[in-house]
Amino acid sequence: MQSSSAAPAHHAPGVPPVPTVAAHFASLDVQQHAARLGMWLFLATEILLFAGLFVCYANYRFMFPDGFAAASRHLDLTLGTINTLVLITSSFTAAMAVHYAKEAKNRQVVVMFILTILMALGFLVIKYFEYSHKIHVGQLPGPYFTDPEPSLQVAGVPMYFTIYFLSTGLHGFHVIIGMIVLAWVGFKANRNEFSARNYTAVELGSMYWHLVDLVWIFLFPMLYLI
Amino acid sequence: MSPSSSSIAAEPGAVPAPGEHHEHHPSYLVDGTTVKSWLLTLDHKRIGVMYLIWVLLFFLVGGIYALVVRFELLTPGPTIVDAMTYNRAFTMHGVVMIFLFMIPAIPGAFGNFMLPLMLGAKDVAFPRLNLLSLYLLLGGAAIAIWGMLNGGMDTGWTFYTPYSTHTTTTVAPILFGAFIIGFSSIATGLNFIVTTHTMRAPGITWFRMPLFVWAMYATACIQVLATPVLGLVLLLVVGEQLFQFGIFDPARGGDPVLFQHLFWFYSHPAVYIMVLPSFGVMSEIVATFSRKNIFGYRAVAFSSLGIAFVGFFAWGHHMFVSGQSTFNAGVFAVLTMLVGVFTAIKVFNWVGTVYKGAVDFKTPFAYFCGFLYFTVFGGMTGVAFATASLDVPWHDTYFVVAHFHFIMVGATIMAFMAALHYWFPKMFGKTYHEGWGLVSAALIILGFNATFIPQFLLGNAGMPRRYYEYPERFQTLNVASTMGATLLAMGFLITAIYLTYSLVYGEKSSANPWNSRGYEWLTESPPPTHNFVGPQPVYKDEPHFYVDPEKAEVPDAV
Repeated sequence: MQSSSAAPAHHAPGVPPVPTVAAHFASLDVQQHAARLGMWLFLATEILLFAGLFVCYANYRFMFPDGFAAASRHLDLTLGTINTLVLITSSFTAAMAVHYAKEAKNRQVVVMFILTILMALGFLVIKYFEYSHKIHVGQLPGPYFTDPEPSLQVAGVPMYFTIYFLSTGLHGFHVIIGMIVLAWVGFKANRNEFSARNYTAVELGSMYWHLVDLVWIFLFPMLYLI
Repeated sequence: MSPSSSSIAAEPGAVPAPGEHHEHHPSYLVDGTTVKSWLLTLDHKRIGVMYLIWVLLFFLVGGIYALVVRFELLTPGPTIVDAMTYNRAFTMHGVVMIFLFMIPAIPGAFGNFMLPLMLGAKDVAFPRLNLLSLYLLLGGAAIAIWGMLNGGMDTGWTFYTPYSTHTTTTVAPILFGAFIIGFSSIATGLNFIVTTHTMRAPGITWFRMPLFVWAMYATACIQVLATPVLGLVLLLVVGEQLFQFGIFDPARGGDPVLFQHLFWFYSHPAVYIMVLPSFGVMSEIVATFSRKNIFGYRAVAFSSLGIAFVGFFAWGHHMFVSGQSTFNAGVFAVLTMLVGVFTAIKVFNWVGTVYKGAVDFKTPFAYFCGFLYFTVFGGMTGVAFATASLDVPWHDTYFVVAHFHFIMVGATIMAFMAALHYWFPKMFGKTYHEGWGLVSAALIILGFNATFIPQFLLGNAGMPRRYYEYPERFQTLNVASTMGATLLAMGFLITAIYLTYSLVYGEKSSANPWNSRGYEWLTESPPPTHNFVGPQPVYKDEPHFYVDPEKAEVPDAV
């Protein structure tokens, strides 16, 4: 019934389409305000989802301080740092996409999103090497933990790897979702859809990506540094 | 909906034109009659009606499980089912009633239908998300029901670990179903918050919103802020069940009390997801049937937000006997009692509204009376439970069962039935037989008391909840309770019969049969697809404005 702000597929190249107001909204401003508010609320639920894992971490770190400290030192700090830098840079390119969308430079929006997605892919590749090393030496969750390393024979180490794999796994899942979202918005940019009056989709897609970055910025010190 | 009708802003001073365009604007019920026009509709009213149909079906399923439990407890030993079936029955009774009936019922059915009408909007902010929310509920329900039919679950609806991760019954699909249903709840809440912020018609300020909208708004805040935590904890239990991670298993260094904290951080606020909509419904009904403006509008509105807020700090009272420190127990006791303060504000304001009102004792008002009684009785026992020293002997006895059925179920059922009768003419354009309405209301209220007052006495005498067998001395009260449940079922059966009859053969209702001043009555019954015909109504007064003699007449309905 109500059409979204998606523009018709066929319009003159180089001319951004006029944004459509869905029939139940009073104006374009109201429609965009609603979209932003909805996204902020959704991001709040995402943060609360991860908050549950942070509570688990805090609880078990309190129960097993030695085990958690020992296991934390067996994470690859170099790869973790590189990944943090990659994600922060990708957040920058996502923000630049919004900047270009406001200026109706749809070409640059596409370029920025391709860069963002490539960096996301890089993040996952590095994560893959980290995971495969952990699987190889047996630093696995709970009952699957088999690493014979003497410094890891402390109570709480398997619990640490449970939380490590759960939280980085859930975060990795969000990275994949974010890549899909950015690819979809990039596809719309490729159809030359965005302009100063109509860039909500770019803004919301980037907001989601910033959240993925933000969660990692908390996960990195929690798992690798302390 | 054509793009040309993209503006809903009313002309200043415009009034609804009675009868105008009537022939050209069919009601939402007949505007498109194909199955597809219903299943893929983006109209909030049709989505509301579909929610209503489904939650009624889930209510029937949950009710059948309840009767299995009650009839099993008719005699001290085995009666109609074996112990394992009994465990599955009370678990599924809880899961179905809470996740599939009480949480989605009023927001899904009546919130979806009424919220945009009360805000003078054409629809909710995100119509497609709204439809998705319905199908997430049904998808989650399908997975959970598949789990029920393939083994069921015997943990009780609280899924306490480590039992739930060790039992051989099929926990994983049912919890995964509940996880998906959580997404549905978040989507509905998010949609309502954004709708309330952005879709109010000109003239509807925050303090001119109907109290039902305030209640839905407070509910939506809880849904958005609490449900993700439940989602995570359910995922952890599913993971634990499938892979034995040990995160909540003390044998592997896990902490089952952490599960309880995370679980109740959602599930205690969830109680207010269930009762806050009821409070909203009742604020509408008490004003309409007392012919008076609501007493203390702002206090009622803010107390909804107050309940939502302190509801987040009350979870610890579920863990008075979990080894929590005395200091913690004291803090959580006081925080829990604050909920009683905000609820009392509402109760006093409702009573103040009825006082010296011209009471029109129709079926919804009969349910209001029952509601007031259940809320006060259930709420007072809640304050008693918040007292740690009293909680210890009552813990996990039938006193708990009776308490939460009084406040959570009693109040919600009263409000659901009241809303069903109050808004029936608005939703379907038909009237029902008042006499049958009052008879069934009396039966349901009586039946409810007869079911749960014996359970208060049983709990006080020490009968634990969830037990399959019990000593002889508890039998009289259990028989009384089962008889009450039968009475209750009869009341619902009668309602189902005459409402179905009215749906087909009922007289056509006028646009505003109760002479209510609620905003939702400013359009036809049933409303047209776009909610309002012609220019939008003008909102100059408060939503429950009955007392100004110059404005004593209800504005002309469309």
